Amino acid sequence: MSALTTLTPLRDRLTRDPHVTRLAVILVLLLTFFMLVKTKNFFGIATWQSMAVQFPEFGLMALGVMLTMIIGGIDLSVVGVANMTAIGSATLMMSIAPTGADSPQGYLAVVAAIAFSLIVGAIAGAFNGFLIAKVKIPAILVTLGTFELFTGIAVIITGGKPASGLPAQYGEIMAQRVFGIIPMPLIIFILATVVIALIMYKTAFGTKLYMLGSNETAARFSGLKTDNLIIRTYMTSGIFAAAAGLVMLANYNSAKADYGSTYTLLAVLIVVLGGVNPNGGSGRLSGVILAVVVLQVLSSLLNTFPNISNFYRPLIWGGVLLLVIVVNQWTKKNRLSRLFGVKGNKS
Amino acid sequence: MVDNVIAVRDIGKAFAGVQALDGITLEIAPGEIHCLAGENGSGKSTLIKVMSGVHAPDTGTIELNGKTFSKLSPIEAISNGVQVIYQDFSVFPNLTVMENLALNAELAAHRTFVSWKRMRAVAEEAIAKINFTIDLDEKVGQLSVAQKQLVAISRALMSDAKLIIMDEPTTALTKREVDALFAIILDLKARGIATLFVSHKLDEVFEISERFTIIRNGKSVITCLPEELDHATFSHHMTGREFDDNHFVPEHVSDEPILETRGLGVNGAFADVDLTLRKGEILGITGLLGSGRTELALSLFGAKPADSGEILINGEAVDVNSVRSAIAHGIGYVPEDRLTEGLFLERSISSNIVISELDSFVSKLGALDQRKADAEGQRWVDELKIATPNPANAVNTLSGGNQQRIVLAKWLATHPKILILNGPTVGVDIGSKHDIHRILRTLASEGLGVIIISDDIPEVIQNCNRVMAMNAGRIVAEIDPRTTTESELAELMSKDPSTVDGKG
Repeated sequence: MSALTTLTPLRDRLTRDPHVTRLAVILVLLLTFFMLVKTKNFFGIATWQSMAVQFPEFGLMALGVMLTMIIGGIDLSVVGVANMTAIGSATLMMSIAPTGADSPQGYLAVVAAIAFSLIVGAIAGAFNGFLIAKVKIPAILVTLGTFELFTGIAVIITGGKPASGLPAQYGEIMAQRVFGIIPMPLIIFILATVVIALIMYKTAFGTKLYMLGSNETAARFSGLKTDNLIIRTYMTSGIFAAAAGLVMLANYNSAKADYGSTYTLLAVLIVVLGGVNPNGGSGRLSGVILAVVVLQVLSSLLNTFPNISNFYRPLIWGGVLLLVIVVNQWTKKNRLSRLFGVKGNKS
Repeated sequence: MVDNVIAVRDIGKAFAGVQALDGITLEIAPGEIHCLAGENGSGKSTLIKVMSGVHAPDTGTIELNGKTFSKLSPIEAISNGVQVIYQDFSVFPNLTVMENLALNAELAAHRTFVSWKRMRAVAEEAIAKINFTIDLDEKVGQLSVAQKQLVAISRALMSDAKLIIMDEPTTALTKREVDALFAIILDLKARGIATLFVSHKLDEVFEISERFTIIRNGKSVITCLPEELDHATFSHHMTGREFDDNHFVPEHVSDEPILETRGLGVNGAFADVDLTLRKGEILGITGLLGSGRTELALSLFGAKPADSGEILINGEAVDVNSVRSAIAHGIGYVPEDRLTEGLFLERSISSNIVISELDSFVSKLGALDQRKADAEGQRWVDELKIATPNPANAVNTLSGGNQQRIVLAKWLATHPKILILNGPTVGVDIGSKHDIHRILRTLASEGLGVIIISDDIPEVIQNCNRVMAMNAGRIVAEIDPRTTTESELAELMSKDPSTVDGKG
C-alpha cells in the first residue's frame, strides 16, 4: 500500500470534521502555552495525575449528556443522579461493612455498592426517558425536575450532611495506580469511552440515535421504536452519571447532596464544545473527548496562577460556552456570507 | 391603450448562481385578470416577490404608477397599490377578524392608545367592500380556509390596491368557494382593480383569465389570450415537452386482493372507506386538502390507527395499530412532506436508505456491519439512478427529485408488498417526476400493489388503472381513468360536501 492511500482517510477526516480539527489545534496551542509559561508544572507527573483523577467526574457525565443531545434532548439531572447514587451506595457499603468490619466483608460491600449504584442510575435514567418519551414532556423540563427530585432524595437520606466513613477497601481500590502511574478514575473513563464508542459506531442502536436526533417523525415513519430508543438513551446517561458518582465518592471519600454542583453546566458545555448539535442528529465522540481534555487542561492551567481566583471559573466557562456557539454559527457558510454582506446570495 | 398598472421589463434574478428569473417581461392593464402559470420551480414565486418588493431584481426595471424603479421596497410596492395574498394568507390566527383588519391602519397611524370603536368601524368598512358577512369578533384561527382568504382580500383592499396578486388561491377551496372567489375577482375588475392569478390548475385559469403569461425555467415562454391556447399547448408551454398520453395498463393483476378495507374510519377525518387493491395495480386516491386523503394514508400505515372498520391483508383481518405493524405486514409509505416526515437531512444518503432494514445488518453479537449497510445503500443509489458522487454525502446536498428517490429506495429496500405514496412528485422537477412514474409502473408490473394519493389530477389519471375520489372524508366515486376527463374528476373532488350525501 502506498503512503497516499493510508493518508487519504486521515485527510478526509480532517476536512470532513473541521470542528474536531479545530479542537485539536486549540489543545495543541493550549499545551504549548502551558509548557512555555509553566514549564515546571507541565513536566511534573503530579500535574497530569491530578488531572486524570479529576476530569473523569464530569467527563463521564458528559458522555451520557452527549447521547441525550445527539437525539435532540438534554440531561440536566446527571449531577442529581450522581449524588443520589453515591449517597445510596455509600449508605449500602456502610451497612454491609460498618467501621471495624474485616476486609472480605469490605470488598463485598464495594462490589454490592457498585452494582447497586449502576442499577439505580439506570432506573433514574429510565424514569427520565419514560417521562420524555411516553408522557411527552420536553427533556429540559423533565431533567430539570428530576434533578431537583434526585437531589431531594439525596438530602433526605443524609439529612443534608456528608455521608462518610466508607470501608477502607473502596478508597484502596479507587486509589490504585495501574502500572504505578495511571489513576483508577482515568481507567474507568477510558473503559467508558470504549463502551460508548462501540455503542455509537458499532451497533444499530448508535446509528438509530443519530437518525432519531435528525428527524423524529421520519424515524417513527421508518419503523424505529422511538420511545424505546429515547428511554434506552436516558438510561445509558443515568448509568454514566452513576459511574461519575462512584468516582466522586472515591475522590472526596464521602458523598453529599450538593457535590459537583457546577458539573451540570460543565457537562453541557463539553458536549456543545465537542461539536454536538444541540438540535440533535450530529456530533462525534472524538470531539467530546477532546473537549473534556481541553477544559481540564484549561482548568489546571488556571489553578497554577494563584492570583486568578476560583470565583472566576463560572465566568470563564460561561464565556467559553457562548463563544463556541457563536463561532459554530459563524462558520456555517450562509451565515458567514450574510455577515460579510456577499451580494446576490440571499436565502 | 391604457397605461399599465404594473410593468416589469427584462427582469433577471439569480440565487447562489442559479438563474431563477431570466429576462421576464410582464405587463398588467388596469382591471385585467391576468394568469401567471408555470410549474413548481419555474420562477413564479420569485417573480411575485420581485413585484411586491421582497426581492430586488439583478437586472431589469419595474414600472409602477408611472414611476420606474430598478428595485422596490415592500413599502413602496404597497403604497403604489400592489398587494399580495400568499397561500397562507399571512393572517394572525390568534387575533379576531376585526383586529386582523384594523390593526395595520391603527399601527400605521402611530397612535398610542387603541380605540376599539374606531377599529370596528374600519373593519366593517373593509368587509363591506367585498360584500361578505362575518362575525368580526371571531378568532381568525377558527375560520374556514375560504373565510380566511376573504379576510385577507378585504385587508388587501383597505390600502387602496390597484393590483392584487393571488398566489395559488384555490388550492384548498371547494368548487362553490372557488365560484364565490371568482365573483369577487370579477367585482374587483369592475372597479378597475387588476388581479394577477397564479395557478397551475388548468380549468380554473381558463375560466377566469383574460390573458396568460406562461413561464418556464425563469423565462417567459408566451403571453397570449385564452383563445390561442388549449390544454395540450398549455401543458406543452409549461413543461417544454410533448406528452404522450399513454395510460397505465397493468400487466398481471392478481384475482385475490392484497389489501382491503371495510368501513374504515378515523373520527373527524374520514369514514366508511371500502377499498381493494390487487397485486400489480396502481390505485389512485385523489381529493382536496382536508378531504381525508392524508389521514386515510396514515391509517393504512398505522401512524393514525383507524377508529372503526377493518384492514385485511391477503384476505386476513390484521391489526395495523402502529407503523411497525404496518411495516411488518409489508406496507411502505412515502409521506406527503419528505423533508419533515421522510428524510434525515443531515445524515448520509446511504444511512437514509438502509434505516428501515438496519437490524438485518446486525450480527449475532450485536455488531452492526457498516460495510454491508453501505453496500446496500450503494446498490439502491445505482438502481434508482440517484445523482450523487458519494452515498456518504448528506441528503440535503440533493435536489427534490433525488431526495424523493431516496425515500422510495428506503421502502423498496424493505421488500414491501404494498407501497402507499402520498404526493409522490410534489416539488419534484419534471424529469424526475417522469422517472418516478416510470419506476412506479415497473414496480406494479413486478407484482407490487401501489396506491398513489395525490391531488395532481393528471398524475393519477395517467398512472393509475383505477382512481377513487375522496370528498369530505368519504370515497365519493371510483372511476376508470381511461374514460374520465380531468375536469370530470376535478368536479367529483371539489363538489361542495353538502351536496354529497353518504356514498356516491
